[in-house]
Amino acid sequence: MSTVKATRPLGPPSRLRRRFKPVKLVSFITLLLTTFLMLLPLFFMVSTSLKSKREMLKFPPTFLPESWAWSNYTDIFETLQFGTLYKNSLIIAGFSVFGTLLSSALVAYGFARYRGRGNNFWFILLLSTMMLPYPAIMIPQFVLFSKMQWIDTFLPLIVPAFFGSAYNIFLLRQFFSTLPEELFDAGRMDGCGELRMWRTIALPLSAPALATVAIFAFIYSWNDLLTPVLYLSSSDKFTLPVGMASLTSSRFRIPPWHLLMVASVLAMVPIVTLFAIAQKQFVEGIVLTGIK
Amino acid sequence: MSVIKSETRRQTFYMYLFISPWLVGFLIFALYPILSSLYYSFTDYDIIHPPRFIGLANYTEMFHNELFWRSVKVTLRYTFISVPVQLLLGLGFALLLHQTLPWRGFFRTAMYFPSMVSGVAMSLLWYWIFNPQIGLFNYMLSWFGIHGPAWLMNPDTALYALIIMSLWTAGSGMILFLAGLQGVPASLIEAANLDGAGRFRIFLNITLPMISPVLLFQLIMGLIDSFQVFTQAFVMTQGGPNYSTWFYVYNLYTSAFKEYRAGYSSALAWVLLIVVMLFTAVIMRLSRRYVHYEGGSRR
Repeated sequence: MSTVKATRPLGPPSRLRRRFKPVKLVSFITLLLTTFLMLLPLFFMVSTSLKSKREMLKFPPTFLPESWAWSNYTDIFETLQFGTLYKNSLIIAGFSVFGTLLSSALVAYGFARYRGRGNNFWFILLLSTMMLPYPAIMIPQFVLFSKMQWIDTFLPLIVPAFFGSAYNIFLLRQFFSTLPEELFDAGRMDGCGELRMWRTIALPLSAPALATVAIFAFIYSWNDLLTPVLYLSSSDKFTLPVGMASLTSSRFRIPPWHLLMVASVLAMVPIVTLFAIAQKQFVEGIVLTGIK
Repeated sequence: MSVIKSETRRQTFYMYLFISPWLVGFLIFALYPILSSLYYSFTDYDIIHPPRFIGLANYTEMFHNELFWRSVKVTLRYTFISVPVQLLLGLGFALLLHQTLPWRGFFRTAMYFPSMVSGVAMSLLWYWIFNPQIGLFNYMLSWFGIHGPAWLMNPDTALYALIIMSLWTAGSGMILFLAGLQGVPASLIEAANLDGAGRFRIFLNITLPMISPVLLFQLIMGLIDSFQVFTQAFVMTQGGPNYSTWFYVYNLYTSAFKEYRAGYSSALAWVLLIVVMLFTAVIMRLSRRYVHYEGGSRR
């Protein structure tokens, strides 16, 4: 709150005073307080991840580690085969993102650009599958994949992504519909094939929307717990969430909180990185496609 | 005439060509599973031996099964508290951040940050926060002289602990609301302002109707997600203590993959499917009177 007082005399006086009405001051303070509450767990996540085994059990919890146990970050690779978990998750998420982007962009283009017979019918059907809860179909899918001998492989976690995902198709379709018809007419005049127009005209113009879909697909795959729990049985094939969930199991009498926090911090790294790189495109994508 | 006809045929051809990945996927990963799940729900099936038809037995058992009713109660209680509060918080944050304020970019990012920790990592973090001995939550309550309960170990509080945790990710809804607020034409608000309408009136009569589609979208998606809570129960509580967090999908998962009763579990799945469809249909129907679509004169 001291910062508010500080900014007032510092800024250009007349403009700031006019803008900083009481309502805004209240908003600012509310935001300051809620943001503090929102960030506090994250702060403790990072801070606990750097505490020693003894210090993590202290009450009240110390804000900053007394001695910084950087070794936690190397220890976790030994106690948990963390490297394997990380690699597995990255492979699965990588293929899922690629598959989702490829198929969703194709399908969305089909829905957006061609007013063929049945367009509306199929599109409404697509939208209605967004309401289909995964648990409602997981048993037959499990039976299907076990008949194909895909249990304990990455295939059940990757292959479905190559058939498009409804939410992302919807998002991209909204975006593709906004592209001006003239562009494609010009392409057709130049003798461009339909698939080439998709690749050389539609895709490059859709970077924000594609980035948004890529982030959604990555986060979805990276965080998914239920599907890998169902399909993966040997521990060297586990994904990060499955391995982390096993950390709370009875193997430890007292949960190793400091290591749990290391795992949580490391699990966040790819998502934060991705978000930082694509933030502008991501926000733009959401605004442009207007999820509404 | 024939030109138009061949043009339609061309469009139809390319449409099906492009949407064929989804069409095939729909048949394999949606239609076939839904139908076979319906069939399994009338059978006694352990996934290994072939299913044996037993009529409505699974459904009648379900309605006499105490754990089923427990899971319904837990899930509905969680949904009816968590979803509305999350929507209100998301909308509230968005309204606050829609103004020009110092540090606006920082606030937006900070609010969205927790949503990047979702899933198992979030469950682990809050597992520690709710720890009665060393956790952050009770420590903070102690600042105000409150002696906090044992949260996840107490059947009376475990579900509320999970609800509190769910509010932490209200920032993801905020982003969507912000996008919606940006779509409200400033000219409308200025006009109302000139007419002497106050802040609250402008919000009620202009802003709210204009963002009602975003609200509707988030309400439906929030409900569907909330009906499917699994990770928290799996990682933090295993449905306990004393079944106080025995969520519907956790119940479904346990029946199928711990007790190997895929037939019974399929019946649970179908009930979930029907309930989700009913809820969506009712909300859509009710919303017709309140949701405003730009350019659409629906009334």
